[in-house]
Amino acid sequence: MQVTLRIQRFDPERDEKPHFEEYQADVEPTDRLLDALNYVKWYVDGSLAYRRSCAHGICGSDAMRVNGRNRLACKVLVRDLGNPITVAPMLSFQLIKDLVVDMEPFFAKYRALKPYLIADDPPPEKERLQSPVDRERYEDTTKCILCACCTTSCPPFWANGDFYGPAAIVNAHRFIFDSRDHGADERLATLNERNGIWRCRTVFNCTEACPRGIKVTEAMEDVKRALMLRNI
Amino acid sequence: MQAQVSGVLGRYTANKLGMYAWALHRLTGIGVIAFLLVHIIDTAFVMVGPELYNEAMALYKQPFFRPFEVALAAAVIYHALNGIRVTLIDFWEGAARIQERLFYGVLVLFALLFLPSAFIMLRPLFVR
Repeated sequence: MQVTLRIQRFDPERDEKPHFEEYQADVEPTDRLLDALNYVKWYVDGSLAYRRSCAHGICGSDAMRVNGRNRLACKVLVRDLGNPITVAPMLSFQLIKDLVVDMEPFFAKYRALKPYLIADDPPPEKERLQSPVDRERYEDTTKCILCACCTTSCPPFWANGDFYGPAAIVNAHRFIFDSRDHGADERLATLNERNGIWRCRTVFNCTEACPRGIKVTEAMEDVKRALMLRNI
Repeated sequence: MQAQVSGVLGRYTANKLGMYAWALHRLTGIGVIAFLLVHIIDTAFVMVGPELYNEAMALYKQPFFRPFEVALAAAVIYHALNGIRVTLIDFWEGAARIQERLFYGVLVLFALLFLPSAFIMLRPLFVR
């Protein structure tokens, strides 16, 4: 089938601001949007820039705004998107070229909330054991692939780029509620600051946008309750 | 359900009701604050003199003003009810999972509170 793609283009060497261009792609209804983008890049206009790597919804490279909603191009089928399909880069980040945005501030926020095990007790002889119940506590937030779909769908983040944003907090949640981790207090102290968790206005765009089906807003609320009620 | 929230927030399509609830919450919040500012100013007239104050109050009683008062009532009722919804989401584990149903609850309660109020407020304009 033929689909029309309306793709936002921006070449920093030529353009002052982004504009939309239309392309025809010859694809199967069961093809993914990524296949349609590949068609355009390989057969129509090789200058089109977008990120992709694994193409199977795991690396989190090809997050973009598809018909106005954050999606992974490799996880949506052309037949579910109507015609024409509008494709634009994620909001809030600096544009590099076409659909490619600068993700460095996003990763800086992720690192700022210490997404790694902090344990001051002496390491045991074998592994640090954990009961299935304790493991279940943070199961949902282990699924994050750092695609930034949630963070760039968040109105408080659009308004204030200093907000840590849902993705960084999801990854903090993964360790705050891990029974083997002892860094909850320092992470929660950071999240209690001005640009921390309280910028969340429970808009629920993040939960809708997550390609991994993480209940992002629920995780954010877990963190709020941990701060309010001190129950980790 | 689709809608574009325009302006700075634009270019993103809401899918879940949460975004509508939030946008309305913002809008009504700004509306109520704007009225509060006006209200502080007109109340402050009493310091200048009772005549000025009475004149300002008479302005509010004009039929022309009534629809604005109805809009204010709508804003206050929605903002209060959705505020309770947001508070529930913050404090009650599990509320986030049923946030859309809670929003429908807000709409039902809004209708129950607002429609009779609007009726009572607007009736004197039509019935003498």
